[in-house]
Amino acid sequence: MSETSHYLCINCPLGCRLEVDAAGDEVVEVRGNACKRGVEFARQEHSDPRRMVTTTVAISGAPLARLPVATAEALPKDRVVDLCRALHQLRLQAPVAIGDVVMADALGTGVDVVATRSLERA
Amino acid sequence: MPDLHPWEVPRRYDVVVVGGGPAGMAAAVGACEGGAERVLMVDREHEAGGILQQCIHHGFGLHHFKEELTGPGYAQRYLEQVLEHDIDVLTDAYVLDVDTARTVSVLSGRYGRLSVDAGAVVLAMGARERTRQAIRIPGTRPSGVMTAGFAQKLVNVAGYLPGKRVAILGSGDIGLIMARRLVLEGVEVVGVFELMPHANGLTRNVVQCLHDFDVPLHLSTTVVRIHGGERVEKVTVAPVDEALRPRMHEAWDVECDTLLVSIGLIPDNELARTLGVRLDPVTTGPVVSSTMETSRDGVFACGNTVHIHDLVDWVSQESRLAGEGAGAHASGRRQAHDNVRLVPGTNVRSCVPHTITTEREHTVYLRVTKSLAPCTLRLGDVYERPLRYVVPGEMVTVKVRPRFLESFHGGALRVDVVPREEAGA
Ligand SMILES: Cc1cc2nc3c(=O)[nH]c(=O)nc-3n(C[C@H](O)[C@H](O)[C@H](O)COP(=O)(O)OP(=O)(O)OC[C@H]3O[C@@H](n4cnc5c(N)ncnc54)[C@H](O)[C@@H]3O)c2cc1C
Ligand code: SF4
Repeated sequence: MSETSHYLCINCPLGCRLEVDAAGDEVVEVRGNACKRGVEFARQEHSDPRRMVTTTVAISGAPLARLPVATAEALPKDRVVDLCRALHQLRLQAPVAIGDVVMADALGTGVDVVATRSLERA
Repeated sequence: MPDLHPWEVPRRYDVVVVGGGPAGMAAAVGACEGGAERVLMVDREHEAGGILQQCIHHGFGLHHFKEELTGPGYAQRYLEQVLEHDIDVLTDAYVLDVDTARTVSVLSGRYGRLSVDAGAVVLAMGARERTRQAIRIPGTRPSGVMTAGFAQKLVNVAGYLPGKRVAILGSGDIGLIMARRLVLEGVEVVGVFELMPHANGLTRNVVQCLHDFDVPLHLSTTVVRIHGGERVEKVTVAPVDEALRPRMHEAWDVECDTLLVSIGLIPDNELARTLGVRLDPVTTGPVVSSTMETSRDGVFACGNTVHIHDLVDWVSQESRLAGEGAGAHASGRRQAHDNVRLVPGTNVRSCVPHTITTEREHTVYLRVTKSLAPCTLRLGDVYERPLRYVVPGEMVTVKVRPRFLESFHGGALRVDVVPREEAGA
């Protein structure tokens, strides 16, 4: 028994509409993709959708009030909002250097959150 | 810039760059490479980086640094290059005027009013957002109506939220990205309203910024009235017909305390205009040569002040060239004159630069009017290249090599993007 689901491929600006036949997590057929990267995307999106997350964290002692941060790798999509909530609780202190880990193994996903810029002490 | 007394600030530079965004930074580095010894870069903000500092999302640098960076990450990388080149950076300083003798008037928070003579000037002021006034939405004038880019700066840099319930007009990338930003900051986004029957931003942003968080996108719908006394209380929205006229009998009210307007960017061309530089009526930015020189001798321009870019990588590339041109000009080296004019033809809205030479290789940036896939890009009858697709939201770049133009003897070269013939595909 296979079921059909629909996804929009986000790998390039063409934005192909993908029709995906799958039995459970197993993708059987992908239609509507203009190139083979669409198939890869459909597989990932169907079984384990992930997203990169960028947000900001409160920082004191710096010339700016917020430090921009990002996940070092993509995070399971359904954890994105939880991660942002957790990051809201953080209060960092300047200085911070680009690439510094501000939250290790976030929510137990194995994914680190890192600073995406440096902020000196004001 | 080292700590100086106001009277110690140099009054003469080889090249002065107006604006310290990605365009200004690349131009400043380019100027050094082009032979300038003393280069000054001026920005009105507290730090260089321009709009990148507020674009905390990924999507920068894939072409230039071969790595996907965030806006601030890209800015930091580039600023390191600027500092390595011993360029004077003056921030918190507003350029008031550039005159035809290339005297640059600056209002500096630290040094007061300065007047600096430049061997060459690079204009790199970026763009402005179109506002509510640009589309004349009727209603009251409460607080809580702002451009999406301003809200982006409030949230990402200053650390303030613009409101609690937000409606967004316009589905350009800035609007879409702000929808996600606000949701992640715990703000309720009641919907994105788009006049056209399709989203203006990239599909990946529609998916990742709206679908992922169940933010409704109302196509062929616009805001027809803003209500509220001190603060926005609600907006009235209505679907539009084919002629884009609102169907008022189908209008409905949406409660919100904030309306973000995301309806596009326009080049900030004020300095260029007062300087009497020739402007392109389509891009509204300066007309530029293959070295990014404007119609004023020794005045160059690059980045969003010339035409709106969607990828910062191309901004850096184009601006490096402008800087090199300015550096060469300041050191008295003249480059070959352009002998070919590029003319936007079928399905081409604009081309930059406006002229090229048959002597060197050029990158030409163009925008199309409508989407086509697959299609062919044609330069007169001397060159053609198949393209998988074109969309108005994405700039097309094409490398024009001297050998394409060997057989070309005209003055004007037409650029067309046409559907690809099935047989040739
Ligand atoms: C919301 C948004 C999202 C984007 N997303 C992406 C993306 O994902 N990937 C990507 O590659 N690109 C993206 N871009 C595009 C890219 O950021 C721009 O193309 C680029 O920043 C333009 O650079 P610029 O230097 O021309 O302008 P700006 O970055 O605007 O810099 C102009 C600078 O000039 C200064 N200035 C202006 N006037 C004066 C004056 N009179 N005196 C002194 N200083 C002055 C300003 O303070 C500013 O710092 C995005 C843009 C926006 C707005
Ligand atoms: S399937 Fe290929 S062409 Fe279509 S959107 Fe995905 S990457 Fe682009």
